[in-house]
Amino acid sequence: MTIATIAALASGRPPSAIAVIRVSGPQALAAVRALTGREPPPARTMALRSLSDPDDGSLLDSALVVVFPGPNSASGEDLAELHLHGGPAVVGGVLAALTALPGVRLAEAGEFTRRAFANGRMDLAQVEGLADLVAAETRSQRDQALALAGGVLSRLADGWRSRCIAILAEAEAALDFAEEEADVAARLEDMAAVQLRALAAELAALLADAGRGARIHDGLTIAVTGAPNVGKSSLINALSGRDVAIVTPVAGTTRDAIEVPMNLDGVAAMLIDTAGLRDTDDAVEQEGIRRARARVAAADLVLHVIAAGDAEPPRDARHWLIVNKCDLTGVAVADALAVSALTGAGIADLRRRLSEWAQAVVRPGEPPLLSRARHRAAFADAAAAIADAAMAQDAVLRAESLRAAAQAFGRIAGRVDVDDVLDQIFSRFCIGK
Amino acid sequence: MFRNGSTPSPARAKSAESTSPLKGEVVGPFAIQFVAKAGYARAMRSFDVIIVGAGHAGCEAAAAAARRGARVALVTMRVDDPGTLSCNPAVGGIGKGHLVCEIDALGGIMGRVTDRASLQSRLLNRSKGPAVHGPRAQVDRKRYRAAMAETLAEFPNITLVVAQAEELLVESGAITGLRTAVGTLAASAVVLTTGTFLGGILHRGDQREAGGRDGAAASDLGAALRAMGLPVARLKTGTPPRLDARSIDWGRLEMQRGDEDRPHFAQNPPPITPMLPCGITRTNPETHRIIRENLDQSALYGGHIKSVGPRYCPSIEDKVVRFGDRDGHQIFLEPEGYDDITIYPNGLSTSLPLAVQERFIASIAGLEQARILRAGYAIEYDHVDPRALAPTLGIKTIPGLYLAGQINGTTGYEEAGAQGLVAGANAAAHALDRAPLLVDRASAYIGVMIDDLITHGVSEPYRMFTSRAEFRLRLRTDNARERLTGLAIAHDLVSGEAQARFEADQHARRSARTLLDTLTASPSQLARAGIEARQDGVIRSAFAWLRFPAVTREAALRLWPELAAIDPQLLDSLVVDANYASYLERQDEDVASFRRDEALQLVNGLDYANVPGLSHEMAERLRAAQPVTLGAAGRIPGITPAALVALLPYTRKAA
Ligand SMILES: Cc1cc2nc3c(=O)[nH]c(=O)nc-3n(C[C@H](O)[C@H](O)[C@H](O)COP(=O)(O)OP(=O)(O)OC[C@H]3O[C@@H](n4cnc5c(N)ncnc54)[C@H](O)[C@@H]3O)c2cc1C
Repeated sequence: MTIATIAALASGRPPSAIAVIRVSGPQALAAVRALTGREPPPARTMALRSLSDPDDGSLLDSALVVVFPGPNSASGEDLAELHLHGGPAVVGGVLAALTALPGVRLAEAGEFTRRAFANGRMDLAQVEGLADLVAAETRSQRDQALALAGGVLSRLADGWRSRCIAILAEAEAALDFAEEEADVAARLEDMAAVQLRALAAELAALLADAGRGARIHDGLTIAVTGAPNVGKSSLINALSGRDVAIVTPVAGTTRDAIEVPMNLDGVAAMLIDTAGLRDTDDAVEQEGIRRARARVAAADLVLHVIAAGDAEPPRDARHWLIVNKCDLTGVAVADALAVSALTGAGIADLRRRLSEWAQAVVRPGEPPLLSRARHRAAFADAAAAIADAAMAQDAVLRAESLRAAAQAFGRIAGRVDVDDVLDQIFSRFCIGK
Repeated sequence: MFRNGSTPSPARAKSAESTSPLKGEVVGPFAIQFVAKAGYARAMRSFDVIIVGAGHAGCEAAAAAARRGARVALVTMRVDDPGTLSCNPAVGGIGKGHLVCEIDALGGIMGRVTDRASLQSRLLNRSKGPAVHGPRAQVDRKRYRAAMAETLAEFPNITLVVAQAEELLVESGAITGLRTAVGTLAASAVVLTTGTFLGGILHRGDQREAGGRDGAAASDLGAALRAMGLPVARLKTGTPPRLDARSIDWGRLEMQRGDEDRPHFAQNPPPITPMLPCGITRTNPETHRIIRENLDQSALYGGHIKSVGPRYCPSIEDKVVRFGDRDGHQIFLEPEGYDDITIYPNGLSTSLPLAVQERFIASIAGLEQARILRAGYAIEYDHVDPRALAPTLGIKTIPGLYLAGQINGTTGYEEAGAQGLVAGANAAAHALDRAPLLVDRASAYIGVMIDDLITHGVSEPYRMFTSRAEFRLRLRTDNARERLTGLAIAHDLVSGEAQARFEADQHARRSARTLLDTLTASPSQLARAGIEARQDGVIRSAFAWLRFPAVTREAALRLWPELAAIDPQLLDSLVVDANYASYLERQDEDVASFRRDEALQLVNGLDYANVPGLSHEMAERLRAAQPVTLGAAGRIPGITPAALVALLPYTRKAA
């Protein structure tokens, strides 16, 4: 029997100075190993570790890590705590990396407590009164879901759940009653296929929109790239009106990615200054370059800066070419924006263009539907189950997947009862002898 | 209030049976003992367990209690009650077939008896996934009764008492025995399996008469149960008219034959008897018109019956009213026996008056000249709200009292038999001080049914469906023994011989599984054998390959000839395991968390109103359902995670 390993934010809602993520269950230590790339520190001893995403190696944060092997832990299971910098992007990234590991999922409301109690790690007095806390937690989750999208999210989940149950009812009717009533059998196959495709498409659109929700929440990321000393930091300073990155004529001065927040007419954005991307033997600098590449890979937009007269690099739609130091030569490049970070020429124009782009990406007037990891996870589960259902050859497996999908929607909108399915069956089919 | 002698004796039903000439005779293979002689009637005969009602629940209960070593009195109204099929002459089906296989795996008798009486059998849903395959047998009514009588006679510790049960004897809140029309019996456990007989009223048009089923007396125990404070409600069901086979024009009808491989329930194949086919016909617009025009005369629609009937087993009136747009409904004409002229027209359950029944039957193709042997009728009866029951099927508030079958709001022989087995085993456990038999949702359809009944109660007669089982992929007929026989052994429910056989089977299963895990092949080997496979270069075990649709059982046998050494049925079952493996693994966590919550038992008699942190609404829902475990509490509609946390302090781990 497998027990899921659960992960959740144990401290308050980000942003906060420090955020604590707890991971409990048989895979807790393996999860630490996966994110830190090395053995966990000795039991109950805090150690500084850098956490990276096992998927693509991108750095997530450097964190204090402590493990408590079961049964002598708060939950009675293997337990790990990751003390992170409390930004929403960091917390979200770490949770996403954790729950992508096999056997790890987000905890349900009250689940840590239940495990602790079940493993004898809490006495009755401690548990008493906790219910209120969990009630508050659950209520606030629901309220957030409601508030976030003015109820759209739960209505959406509810609607999809009903449709899922309708298809499920057909599938179940075919399994339980096809032999009794001939008219049940024929109806199923084609109708179900069409309905499943429609559901899958709508879900895919919502999940695509999930990125937008996260962006509103966490801000857009704009990476500024280019050869060393081409003037990236000066450009950032000019755009943000601050003096943050170290600006020196020595190539490679900016060793780490430096993030500078800016406001694009109400849309939060983060300008990321990358280390000069070049080959180097310096270990510290190499690390900077690796991180820079990861940031660029994940950025919503890349401003690639070249100096006037430099050769043009290959680029795609996500890349804008910025020709800096136009004050020096004044040569124009096709499709490129000419600026001078030094004189400020072209900066206002660039700002305006960035702002237009940001409005188009984020559509701030429209509420984002999915911004919480829990909801995203539920919808992603539903999407996976619906894809399974569409592919299943065996009618039983199709029903199984539909049931899983309905349940995933139910986690947002309410719950699924077998009776819902039977009600549907009996209202649509003439069944029995 | 309900003590021996403290209340006036309930009025006795006037029944032909109470003066039956059969009393005192030795009929058939069993010795019928009873307590009818003058002077003897006052004496207390002492047993460990008394079963009231020898229907499907009662017979199974008696056999289960007897297998555990209890001395059993089986009290019933008529000597030929055991094995009487009150409605359809068929056993099994989708979901129901699962129950029969599970009864068999637990050492029960329904499967064996059915196999011996089978006159045709089919595997329903054969084209669908193996999880929903449903064996169904049509049986010869007389042979079924004879086989049941013979099977019960194999138990020297079952005594059949032909008498009407009149009053439960209760002392200091616990069961002490039963008063019957012919004397008093002592026992510390009683199982009530009185079927539709509690307060039974038969309806045919606007005619009503008291009775448990056609030609049998209704029972007064319902009032007695009400007096004991048990929640009693009413339900209804119905049966079609029976037709004379000789008056049907078979030449015009499509015939349906059984499956040649003769699906069966018990482990040993039944003796081969010839199979009888069924006829198939349909109702038509004319039939529907006749029914619609006479609806006011139907007991159901004329307002005579107010109780709720099953939605999945509607009367023909229901079908016409609710599905008026259909131009016809299928009718199966099922023979009731080898030497029986009675035909059961499956699909024509009705409560219309006989004259109307005659008219609409004559409107159906092939039935133009059909003669009705017995009219169809509807029946209303009392049942006990099963939320009063513990998972043992014992009444929570009355130690020693167990309920099984239709009295718990279910319908169907299989549902009754399955409950009978559990109640009988637990009544014996109570009397002999042994461990109770508890079957959970993750182990069996029986567990699903009992849990549904005791946590949700019933709003219509409850019948088994595969969609009720959330762990359907693992609850299959092909692995019923693997799931349950170990449990049966632990509760003395199977013979030493069956136990030895089970252990040998388990051993064979393990070695076959090891073989499937050890044999391997690469994708290119598959390609060479002409089997389509993704050429990803991964060498997989035979078990892992069987997950791929292209790797069928036959393909596997070609690739690994060693597999031919495995018993074909066992290999089938393992192939299903392999097909479902990825789903089963995903469900493992659900099963584990289900069992974790199931292990947390809620304190008895908890006052929910005083549990801190529980809202009023939650407390109300919990009070109505009286869940036994934290898991059961979680299955009550509307119960929140917060409420479950609030309940944690009031749980203790089951041993
Ligand atoms: C008219 C009718 C139609 C039905 N239609 C369907 C259908 O379409 N589909 C379906 O699945 N099921 C149907 N059933 C239900 C099925 O027959 C029952 O669910 C099943 O038989 C219940 O088994 P049981 O053991 O609970 O009760 P039963 O088989 O009814 O047995 C009850 C036994 O208790 C005995 N008894 C009762 N009271 C006393 C007493 N006071 N003292 C001593 N003995 C007593 C009776 O003699 C009888 O032998 C129908 C039943 C009836 C009567």
